[in-house]
Amino acid sequence: MNILSLFGKRGESASVAKNRLQILLAHERADDGSDAVLISSLREDILAVVAKRVEINPDSVRLEMDRSGDVTTLGIDIELPAAKAS
Amino acid sequence: MSNATVVVVTSGKGGVGKTTTTAAIASALAKEGYQVCAIDFDVGLRNLDLIMGAERRVVFDLVNVVRGEASIKQALVRDKKLSNLFLLPASQTRDKDALTEEGVASVISELRTYFDWVICDSPAGIERGATLAMRHADEAIIVSNPEVSSVRDCDRIIGLLDAKTKIAEDGGRMPKHLMITRYDSDRAKTGDMLATEDVVDILSVPLIGVVPESKDVLKASNVGLPVTLSDETSPPAKAYMEAVRRLLGENIPVTIPEEKKSFFGKLFKGRAA
Repeated sequence: MNILSLFGKRGESASVAKNRLQILLAHERADDGSDAVLISSLREDILAVVAKRVEINPDSVRLEMDRSGDVTTLGIDIELPAAKAS
Repeated sequence: MSNATVVVVTSGKGGVGKTTTTAAIASALAKEGYQVCAIDFDVGLRNLDLIMGAERRVVFDLVNVVRGEASIKQALVRDKKLSNLFLLPASQTRDKDALTEEGVASVISELRTYFDWVICDSPAGIERGATLAMRHADEAIIVSNPEVSSVRDCDRIIGLLDAKTKIAEDGGRMPKHLMITRYDSDRAKTGDMLATEDVVDILSVPLIGVVPESKDVLKASNVGLPVTLSDETSPPAKAYMEAVRRLLGENIPVTIPEEKKSFFGKLFKGRAA
């Protein structure tokens, strides 16, 4: 931490902005379109695995990516069909 | 099944506040409870994702959808705060012809069935991207600064809205609303800036809102929140929320929300909210 930052009354939102840009640009400079391809393939693989056990609508599977700092997380959201009334 | 109203936010000139306006209007509509989708048409230079704070979660984009590489539902990014607000991002490709007329037509007609409002953020200029963004609109919000070059460019855009859109080609007339942004009442009063009446007079488009020049807009963009969500009590947020009520058909007079400047204003600001 810089000692000057104790005195320099820097608005908080500006540092949020800098941080967001650093993360975003690091990914954009490195991105060769492989993210989208990876997600597409993962989606197909996961669909195939889940489809072995339950019938699912391909549209009800959502993959979400979140790129923060050094980590990228992948969220998989599968809407299971309503249980059949027995 | 919904049947959305499609609104294009356009201006001709760059940097006047189209993206800020798109994000603010879309989130204000979502706050009213409508199902809303904001689309970024600025292929190659997307920024709506950044203004809406969704940049880290973009996987697919409009071009992927148009090319059939992803479905619309896969490409839509849900807002972190409002579950009924979605973003369809533009792509970062350098290929200018990535969007096709038919592709955009089918995306818009599918979105019409899912949403109540579809807000299209147009790129600057009068090229293909801008004409595609306005092509299927039912209404247009024209964003202008009270400044000569911006007003002139709006006039060009109005010409395009009345010639190059589906509505115009079918013999109709595109309903238009004028949004004046970065307005400074003091300078308009002293005659150093075009007044709202001047701009309305020249463009002959009814006013939907006047957004004052404000530090809150930059602050909101820093943290990735539409200004209508970052601080509801800020003057620009009030101006946009008022504009949305007019968009929804309410007949209310246009006011120009102002920054509180007095000592007492500051003192009581927290409580007044």
